Amino acid sequence: MKVTFPHMGNQFIATKVLLDELDVDTVLPPECSKDTLEIGTKYSPESICLPLKINIGNYIESIRQGADTILISGSCGPCRFGYYSILQKEILQELGHDLDFILLDPPQGDYKKFFSRVCKLANTKNPIKIISALAKGTRILYQVDALDEIAYYKRPRQRKIGEVDFYLDKFHKEVRGVKGFQAVSELIAETRQSLLNIEEDPTKEVIKVGIVGEIYTIIEPFVNLNVERKLGEMGVQLDKSLKVSRWLTEHLYLHPLGLSMEKEIVKEAKPYMKTMIGGHARETIGYSVKYAKEGYDGIIQIYPFTCMPEIVAQSILPTIEKDFDIPYLCFIVDELTGDAGYTTRLEAFVDLLRRRREMKQNEKLLSGY
Amino acid sequence: MKSCYLGIDVGSVSTNVVLMDENKQILGKVYTKTQGRPIDAVKRGLKEIQTQIKEDIKVKGVGTTGSGRHLAAMMVGADVIKNEITAHGIAALNFVDGVRTIFEIGGQDSKIILLKNGIISDFAMNTVCAAGTGSFLDRQASRLDIPIQEFGDKALNSQNPVRIAGRCAVFAESDMIHKQQLGHNQEDIIKGLCDALVRNFLNNLGKGKELVGPFVFQGGVAANVGIKRSFEEALGCEVLVPPHHDVMGAIGCCLLAQEHAIKHRVTAFKGFDIVQSGYQVKGFECEDCSNACEVIEILKDNQLTARWGDKCGKWSNDIKTDQEKLA
Repeated sequence: MKVTFPHMGNQFIATKVLLDELDVDTVLPPECSKDTLEIGTKYSPESICLPLKINIGNYIESIRQGADTILISGSCGPCRFGYYSILQKEILQELGHDLDFILLDPPQGDYKKFFSRVCKLANTKNPIKIISALAKGTRILYQVDALDEIAYYKRPRQRKIGEVDFYLDKFHKEVRGVKGFQAVSELIAETRQSLLNIEEDPTKEVIKVGIVGEIYTIIEPFVNLNVERKLGEMGVQLDKSLKVSRWLTEHLYLHPLGLSMEKEIVKEAKPYMKTMIGGHARETIGYSVKYAKEGYDGIIQIYPFTCMPEIVAQSILPTIEKDFDIPYLCFIVDELTGDAGYTTRLEAFVDLLRRRREMKQNEKLLSGY
Repeated sequence: MKSCYLGIDVGSVSTNVVLMDENKQILGKVYTKTQGRPIDAVKRGLKEIQTQIKEDIKVKGVGTTGSGRHLAAMMVGADVIKNEITAHGIAALNFVDGVRTIFEIGGQDSKIILLKNGIISDFAMNTVCAAGTGSFLDRQASRLDIPIQEFGDKALNSQNPVRIAGRCAVFAESDMIHKQQLGHNQEDIIKGLCDALVRNFLNNLGKGKELVGPFVFQGGVAANVGIKRSFEEALGCEVLVPPHHDVMGAIGCCLLAQEHAIKHRVTAFKGFDIVQSGYQVKGFECEDCSNACEVIEILKDNQLTARWGDKCGKWSNDIKTDQEKLA
């Protein structure tokens, strides 16, 4: 059995550790690239959302390297993602690849089924081994997300533009060749230290932007045209509403127990959206309100073309923009790889935020506060 | 010797060069077609500006904008490189005091810019839908065999405009052909097209935004009086077209360059002599990873001066030398 899985930002590092710890043979799909997109669009339905196309690209690139089993997570929200595994299996079957799909659906109360799937994957019934591997994978997930946090902080402050990504790129290259929890964890710690040592330029005026929207597009740098690096180098510190680590804890560990970390977000979203409508629409709205209240300078929403939950959120966000007097920009991503128009809008948005802040500071000076 | 500022806007359809003096008066302006060769267009623009100016001048600052802003900046040595949205906003503010809404329709894109208290407060830019841009009008004019310059006047003569679907360039075109075959006269069809374009623009870009006057309409399409009239009818309010509406991006650059010059007092301008230099563009596909980026190299008199187009920044990175140290 050679297991592969789709890409989504840094998640591959944790999944790889999980599989390594279970002694499963893994095929790591190559980084998402134009080729991935090309393959994905060729074999996917034209009107499906972008993440599915990229997934298909990832699978086929891995199949070429000998993968015969696909591990994917299911969805807890009623959006098209819930049908991904079924549709993807059919697409691959039509192409003549008869692969095994292992669906790591969050238990939703049914832990027995969940563990039987994990057992199938792990090829063992030793619960200690499984639980320890799951715990190690989760820890790595938190560590890489923490690494990202440092990058968000350092990018707008680095004295030499590009230094943060020099270390991150190096990390992403090296981590592919490293096996097991211990080694990966050490590499993360090393990268973390390099990032923390980056010299800062204290004169830089940093503005803060919250990124909200559909989880895949805000996390995978290939599809959002590396928005975090672009913004970072324009002097923007950002925070993302959704993180894989947060999602996992919420759905795998807390939700089945009837707990949630998202209570605050649900509360913030309530005046605008009372119920869950699927996908992450409610989170998009809740986090936008949260960012506005926390004094962020602006909000950027990113979602894949035709994403229904985010379209609903998009129509509500202008009201939040007015209610909280916070500028908002929307990006819809699809198969585009040319980023000139995209960069122009980001630049103009950052300009707008800077001028607004200058004005506010001048007003404060004038009114004597 | 007169001090002045140079603004260059390299757009997809036209390249505009403007020379402005200290008092914000336009000394010379050039509107030339880019025709897919931005380097030649910038050279041609500079050459023409030079012939227009008779007096002795000293360029104290240069700004570039438009989708070719980085290329132009590298050629002339710019002090300010700004996106089109900011440049257009600044230019409009300078011509109409207290402007609140700017409609900008160019060849390949259209934008709406909202301002509040003299700063940009919101904007939207359409880069995908062709139905809201100048190229669409250009194409329909040539289909109807009317010079684009007469297009607007014809629309004004319409008595009974026909309704044309404006949501999509493909729908609009087939709708237009059907109406024409039914026997509607040309003026009415043209007016219908203008209305459709404006409807599309306001629905697409103005969606959910509060549009408040004064309104300014600029960009190449602002020369079209038919579109201006359609905007006024749709908004029920006067729409102002600045005298230099076709080169507002370049004017914005001049203003930004002036601001920069006041702060920094130095310019990176390489002088008008650069029109004599030979520029060459070479491209190659990087084969180091599966992204296969198309990297562009710019050579000035056979000397490599700039590179871009790579995703990872390996070729274009500013800190290339530092990177070697870091590694």
